[in-house]
Amino acid sequence: MGLALLLLIWLITLLSTYFFVAKTWWLPAGAAAAAHWIDQQFALTFVLMGIVFLAAQLGLGYIAWRYREQASSPPVAYSHGNTKLEIIWTVLTAVLFIGLNLMGAPVWAHERFAAADANAVQVEVTGMQFAWYFRYPGADGKYGKTNVKLMDPSAGGEAAVGLDTADPAAKDDVVTGTMYLPVNREVDLSLRAVDVIHSFFVPGFRFKQDAVPGLNIHMHIKPTVIGEYEIACAELCGLGHYKMHGMVHVVSQEDFDKWLAAREAEKQ
Amino acid sequence: MATPVTVHAHAAPQGFIRKYIFSLDHKIIGIQYFFLALTAVWIGMALSLLMRIHMIWPTAVLPIVGEIKPETYLALMTMHGTIMVFFVLTTAPQGGFGNYVLPIQIGAPDMAFPVLNMLSFWTTFVAYMVMLAAFFVTGGAPLHGWTGYPPLSALQSAGPGEGLGADLWITSIAIFCLASLMGALNFITTTLDLRAKGMTMMRMPLTVWSWFITAILGLLAFGVLLSAGILLLLDRNLGTSFYVPQVVVNGVVMLHKGGSPLLWQHLFWFFGHPEVYIAILPGMGVTSQILSTFSRKPIFGYKAMVYAMLSIGFFGFMVWGHHMFMSGMSPYSAFAFSILTMCIGVPSAIKTFNWLGTMYKGRIRFHTPMLYAIGFVSLFVSGGLSGPFLAQPVLDIPLHDTAFVPAHFHLIMGVAAIFGIFAATYYWFPKMFGRMMNETLGRIHFFITLAGTYAIFMPMHWLGLAGQTRRYSQFTEVAYLQKLIPLNTFITYAAIITIAAQFIFVINLFWSMFKGPKASDNPWEATTLEWTTATPPPHDNFGGVTPVVHHGPYEYGVPGAPRDYVMQTDPAAGTAH
Repeated sequence: MGLALLLLIWLITLLSTYFFVAKTWWLPAGAAAAAHWIDQQFALTFVLMGIVFLAAQLGLGYIAWRYREQASSPPVAYSHGNTKLEIIWTVLTAVLFIGLNLMGAPVWAHERFAAADANAVQVEVTGMQFAWYFRYPGADGKYGKTNVKLMDPSAGGEAAVGLDTADPAAKDDVVTGTMYLPVNREVDLSLRAVDVIHSFFVPGFRFKQDAVPGLNIHMHIKPTVIGEYEIACAELCGLGHYKMHGMVHVVSQEDFDKWLAAREAEKQ
Repeated sequence: MATPVTVHAHAAPQGFIRKYIFSLDHKIIGIQYFFLALTAVWIGMALSLLMRIHMIWPTAVLPIVGEIKPETYLALMTMHGTIMVFFVLTTAPQGGFGNYVLPIQIGAPDMAFPVLNMLSFWTTFVAYMVMLAAFFVTGGAPLHGWTGYPPLSALQSAGPGEGLGADLWITSIAIFCLASLMGALNFITTTLDLRAKGMTMMRMPLTVWSWFITAILGLLAFGVLLSAGILLLLDRNLGTSFYVPQVVVNGVVMLHKGGSPLLWQHLFWFFGHPEVYIAILPGMGVTSQILSTFSRKPIFGYKAMVYAMLSIGFFGFMVWGHHMFMSGMSPYSAFAFSILTMCIGVPSAIKTFNWLGTMYKGRIRFHTPMLYAIGFVSLFVSGGLSGPFLAQPVLDIPLHDTAFVPAHFHLIMGVAAIFGIFAATYYWFPKMFGRMMNETLGRIHFFITLAGTYAIFMPMHWLGLAGQTRRYSQFTEVAYLQKLIPLNTFITYAAIITIAAQFIFVINLFWSMFKGPKASDNPWEATTLEWTTATPPPHDNFGGVTPVVHHGPYEYGVPGAPRDYVMQTDPAAGTAH
């Protein structure tokens, strides 16, 4: 019985470790400035937790088998524990866990506490059951007013976010269903939701942030690789949650300008 | 030192109804809780099976349930989570085994408040019925998940199931909170006041400590959830705006104004995180008890185990914000919640270390309870080590609300806690029902369940890393998720096999109840008080005798003792302390 237990625990442990190390299923390639640092912290945490995982599981299997009761077993070591060992263990764990935590803190701080670059592209992201809309403030750099009474989700576009076209600042606002971003330039995101909580998740950017009704949440990211990235809603928002999907196109600054100009032209 | 109080003593009941239905006997009530949880776990498991099937074959038409629509999937998911958390993981370890065993282990004739105990069970039963009723009303069960985040859970028009179904769901949880508060008071009072002579706090079995601490957590946590639930009911039905700001659903402007969706999250997780420990602490207690008994060695670091559980309980109330790193709450507070969460990993690691220390140089007997206790340690380690990923806000960014999270909490508060329940069942069954369970069936059940559990939940980490979002009823609409369907299919097959293996347990349980070999008073050669009395124990637990305690709870392998164990009631002599 001890041997069967040892074999099963070891098999589970080694198979699990293999798939983590082989990265058969893994994070998508990082395509934003923060991805590098996040992935590095990931790797470090994986190595450390992996060592603890292997030591604890292999040890558990071994001890279970090694100290199984046999006719030849010696009497047990009568002991109520070892305070010195307890202290060593406690301090080591505390240092490991808290140290890891502090190492990851600067990345978190950089993305959230510092303001976006002055020349950042402004994009407002609005989540609603079950679509994402993206608004660009246009040449004036100012978002026009929106009004809940004007919201008409079935119409899509400007009407969906309730853009008040009477407001002069709204004249050059561009509202789209697909997000376009210039590469290597910071993006100042405003996240909003009109009905329930949604969450804007772009795995390639290592970016996720809930969009909450009543709040306007500012975040900044910097895409670094030209390409197309999927957006998946990551907060349960109703029966269509699974299909609340969108796309981000990261393009060159030139293509971005062209694209935005074309959208402006369509509006006129 | 408390002296046993006898004011509550009640005569053994005669009629069937007072004996088995509206019983005041903590043993019967414990068994009632156990069977309530047993039906709940089968319902919860059946729901998860339907979910797994729908994820892989979204258009399949199933017998009885028919075709599962996306909203049906979300209703299954909501009810799976709610039933499992409240009516299984909170009910079986504490209401079931805690009720049955705690009074006997401290040498008391019953709980401090037997009538309150009965009331607590029947209130839980009412809550259970109200919860199940949500399936059968117009619109069906709610789709807002077990966490019920408003505005989704606060607006009747936000989706199917958000009508009467959601009201029943909240009402059921509120009733459950009341029942748990009654139970918590009873456990705390009983532990503090009804201990037998000589049963000092530091001689209490670790199981008693775990139920005691769990009760304190319950007392502090359920009151908050109860209030939060009432506010949600008001928002839904009386037009208040505690949780709902101005919102527009489907183009219709709602009348709410100025509420905060994050308020609910704070209140919910202030309950929700301690709830995790409410589910797992009794499993830790049982595991400690069983590892010591079957390794024939004293528990390694008894005091450290007690302090570890106390600090887990203490820190458990200060970490709720780690569920909310992506919620829009202040990113500064994430630092505090994150550091405190890492702190909670320390006592958890101490416990693991001490469990290994207990087995080390022991003489391990592999009876089924021991297999499950070892399985608990393995799952606790695996589920615990994904904690430091999620506890770092920066790593939580890619992982939050992906399959990595269900992988983490299913391993640790789901299946590890269930392994604690299995261990407790195989361990105390002889005392409860007077017969032994079948060892061969127990072992087969264990090996399939351990392997199956890992086959289900380990791959979910990989799905989460690859970005598979939670609570998606199907993976057809997002291109990168489609690539993960084969791994999801593997998980579904593993779930089918693992669920099928649970029939072995149920067959063993009922067969042994009637046909198992008769159990002796102390079949495991254990030391705590429940093994000093008759099997099954008489109505007042000790047949008119009041036990006197002379020893700590885990005196195994004592040098110079006549046997390899010293019962807690054995006369004080020799080197034992």
